[in-house]
Amino acid sequence: MRIPILKLHDYLLISVQVELDDQTALKFQEDVLNKIHEVGSRGVVIDLTSVEMIDSFIAKVLGDVVDMSNLMGAKVVLTGIQPAVAITLIDMGIVLDEVPTALDLEQGLDKLQSELEG
Amino acid sequence: MQVQTHVDINSEWGIVAARQAGRKLAREIGFGSVDQARITTAISELARNIYLYANKGQIHIEELTDSGRRGIKILAIDDGPGIKDVRRVMEDGFTTSGGLGAGLPGVKRLMDDFKIDSEVNSGTKITVIKWLR
Repeated sequence: MRIPILKLHDYLLISVQVELDDQTALKFQEDVLNKIHEVGSRGVVIDLTSVEMIDSFIAKVLGDVVDMSNLMGAKVVLTGIQPAVAITLIDMGIVLDEVPTALDLEQGLDKLQSELEG
Repeated sequence: MQVQTHVDINSEWGIVAARQAGRKLAREIGFGSVDQARITTAISELARNIYLYANKGQIHIEELTDSGRRGIKILAIDDGPGIKDVRRVMEDGFTTSGGLGAGLPGVKRLMDDFKIDSEVNSGTKITVIKWLR
């Protein structure tokens, strides 16, 4: 299973709409980095509105995508994290430190724009 | 009638299957969306530990009733290498797999009851319960 990555001007837009198994998550990580490299994106929005569960493995993969993209010179914003997912992550003691987040796709794009221009 | 289901964990797909079975039963028992996420996440961590450290094992999920209370019980069993130092694996941030080290201590916080029995070279059995409030 592959997660589609859409290009919009300088940005990549990704909406995760599948149940994330480990392989899909890892392939996704690689796909995002390759796509950034291929099209020269400056920013990435990963929308998690449809994701009902983030466990420690998926949290690590997402955190790593943010760090790896930063290394390449692209900024990543995670958007749409559900209340139940946020509560569970904090219960677990998983703090996605220094990971930029926004309420939804629209605000995520705004955030990227202001960070990249500011 | 009490519902009981079990999922074999011998691939990464087993982790997903256990997660889905747990969410389905949690929803049927009447857990809200936050507890459904807690239960599903706990199952995911337990199933991944089985796959990662023992290669194979089982997740049993069942409905519980106890003097008017309802809940869900999850049992994770494997006959893998066991855990040498149970106290250490319950510490936040301790990992031998390069993960976040949030797994087992996280599961304990997500659920109401947590019990672990592990013997080196013979296996690990973890039982967790979440009660419906």
